[in-house]
Amino acid sequence: MVFEYAPAPESTAIVDIAPSYGLFIGGEMVDPRDGALFKTVNPATDEVLSEVVAAGPEDVDRAVTAARDAYEHRWSRLSGRDRGKYLYRLARLVQERSRELAVLESIDNGKPIRESRDVDLPLVAAHLFYYAGWADKLGYAGFGPDPRPLGVAGQVIPWNFPLLMLAWKIAPALAAGNTVVLKPAETTPLTALAFADICRQADLPPGVVNIITGAGDTGRTLVEHPGVDKVAFTGSTEVGRQIARAVAGSRKKLTLELGGKAANIVFDDAPLDQAVEGIVNGIFFNQGHVCCAGSRLLVQESIADDLLDRLKHRLATLRLGDPLDKNTDIGAINSQAQLDKIRELSAAGEHEGAERWSPACELPERGWWFPPTVFTGVTQAHRIAREEIFGPVLSVLTFRTPAEALEKANNTPYGLSAGVWTDKGSRILWMAQRLRAGVVWANTFNRFDPTSPFGGYKESGYGREGGRHGLEAYLDVRA
Amino acid sequence: MSTTALAPASLADVTASNATLRRVLHGLPGVDQVGVEARAATLATRSIKTTAKQFALDLAIGMVDLTTLEGQDTPGKVRALCAKGRRPDPTDPTCPQVAAICVYGDLVPVAVDALGDSGVRVAAVATAFPSGRAPLDVKLADVRAAVEAGADEIDMVIDRGAYLAGRYLDVHDEIVATRDACGDAHLKVILETGELATYDNVRRASWLAMVAGADFVKTSTGKVSPAATLPVTLVMLEAVRDFRAQTGRQVGVKAAGGIRAAKDAVRYLVVVNETCGDDWLSAEWFRFGASSLLNDLLMQRQKLATGNYAGPDYFTLD
Repeated sequence: MVFEYAPAPESTAIVDIAPSYGLFIGGEMVDPRDGALFKTVNPATDEVLSEVVAAGPEDVDRAVTAARDAYEHRWSRLSGRDRGKYLYRLARLVQERSRELAVLESIDNGKPIRESRDVDLPLVAAHLFYYAGWADKLGYAGFGPDPRPLGVAGQVIPWNFPLLMLAWKIAPALAAGNTVVLKPAETTPLTALAFADICRQADLPPGVVNIITGAGDTGRTLVEHPGVDKVAFTGSTEVGRQIARAVAGSRKKLTLELGGKAANIVFDDAPLDQAVEGIVNGIFFNQGHVCCAGSRLLVQESIADDLLDRLKHRLATLRLGDPLDKNTDIGAINSQAQLDKIRELSAAGEHEGAERWSPACELPERGWWFPPTVFTGVTQAHRIAREEIFGPVLSVLTFRTPAEALEKANNTPYGLSAGVWTDKGSRILWMAQRLRAGVVWANTFNRFDPTSPFGGYKESGYGREGGRHGLEAYLDVRA
Repeated sequence: MSTTALAPASLADVTASNATLRRVLHGLPGVDQVGVEARAATLATRSIKTTAKQFALDLAIGMVDLTTLEGQDTPGKVRALCAKGRRPDPTDPTCPQVAAICVYGDLVPVAVDALGDSGVRVAAVATAFPSGRAPLDVKLADVRAAVEAGADEIDMVIDRGAYLAGRYLDVHDEIVATRDACGDAHLKVILETGELATYDNVRRASWLAMVAGADFVKTSTGKVSPAATLPVTLVMLEAVRDFRAQTGRQVGVKAAGGIRAAKDAVRYLVVVNETCGDDWLSAEWFRFGASSLLNDLLMQRQKLATGNYAGPDYFTLD
């Protein structure tokens, strides 16, 4: 290459990672009572970043008690306007510290700094600002003149967008008047702990937000705790099922945002160069660690060769490597376990007869990496067309008519998102009405906005996050 | 990339009538405005530092068509510009010279004389630049005069009125006639994208110019706002990339007007790099039509070498 981009690493001087962290309960960092320590690592280098607590049952109980106390004695007694003030304060502090949080997110998660800086952090602030605005207007949200909060929300979030998922969960909960106990994912606890510091900085009343770290056991203890009124979970369909079972028959209200196997459908009249960008953004954004990723490309047969040529040409320009380099497009895979899963499913794709292709791409020696990968000749019967891979792996299928595209797109146990690419407005509407997916993007993909509800059909979960609809999950609307 | 089969042999069929030409141009894939602007904005976030910046600044200087197109141009002004083009930074012999000096046709002899055998080319705007509103024989006489006076490159304008009225074949035939009048001179075809308004038009007009034999497609005259933008240039780069894939003929792109900062020039080079790749990364295939851009490139170049910014008085104003 003639024009080689020199390394342009974002400085890490702005972040200060402590050697170990406690739990954020009742407004302060406390030592665990029965939790053990575990290590969190940088997936790009395999280096230990810090030690955090795997909170035990006593710790969880303490957090829920603190949240209950804050709910009854402080947060539910505040006016909506005062709750809004705190949320606005959190939003502004996130903006002020956004560079630090972006760097921290990239270090802990492995995602490129370009994405944490330009996508994650602006959206985090936008969600907090958006729900801050709702706090004193709940009576106008369409859930009765004076809707009441639920109480204590137990929230469990995934590792793919750690801080963004935190904002999606905490912002509507607090705006509606609930208090929360939030558990970040085992592999990405650091930005949630930084957010704990922001809560302190914002003078948020103690106990309104509690953050307890840990793995699956901690999450299970939290959602099963009798003091929790509301459970919100984002993560795998498998864990979502366990949670649904655990809360069945209880008074707990539940929202689940689970997996997906989205179809990204390209018709022959699509704007091809932009469709290629949309495909790239659909499946290679955040290394494909996106529940709504466009992991199935459905392309009309008449343009399939042309589109794939363009796509391969484009993929050859993707830059994989150091997540902190400002020019990196594809960062590290979040964990060894995830890498194993991606490898296993990719091997299954080859074994089942699909043709595998990756651009020439050098993988760093340390850390966990997977090259952008395209499978062509995939059929509906292949595992890689049915199971969520949650990695930078695209399965390409073809179709001949709009009806066939629709049938294939809907022929999945999931239903989180879909994309339609065509210059024809009427076809967009026709498809959108019939696609069984919570979000349908037209001539774009993976675009998020706090005003727009997000959530799934079928095994992709239930309940909506974002927008006016997102408030319903945190309000007592049963009456 | 085989959306429309355009082998060289079939080019004659394409231009058989306005209807056939229209069919091909309107058969090109559409351009989604939101998408292309988002892509350009993402590419603009590339961080070009240290050695990469050094390379890009020198490359950009060598791609500049240093331009003066004013009613008040005089031979003295053009001679000054030529001196600047030959040695942009008099204190540093390693600084590359610009690609060309771009002037009105009547000043071509002055530029030819001042540039001598320096290797800097002489480009002349012609065909009733910038509006193009003159009878064809007048436009062609304009071209011939400039070529006879020694111009190496001719920057023509298309008839935007005819284009927007759907008279594609008229636009095509005019480019072909101009092409013939150019002889050995390189032909750059100015689309004046600010008047074409949509990205679909930019893509179609680029193809139209290429089918008619343009050596370069150029964004703007610099007399209409908006002039060159990053997304417009991206669409044109996609067009030349696709055209070569289908016909085997490579066409250059010139972004002209409104590019004043070195930072912007580097962004254009990133877009060239990631859309068309190495083959277009030279003055032979990509140009900047600019005047004040050169001084900012020189200033950034010196900053990179010395670590300090020199004041504007240390760069010549011509």
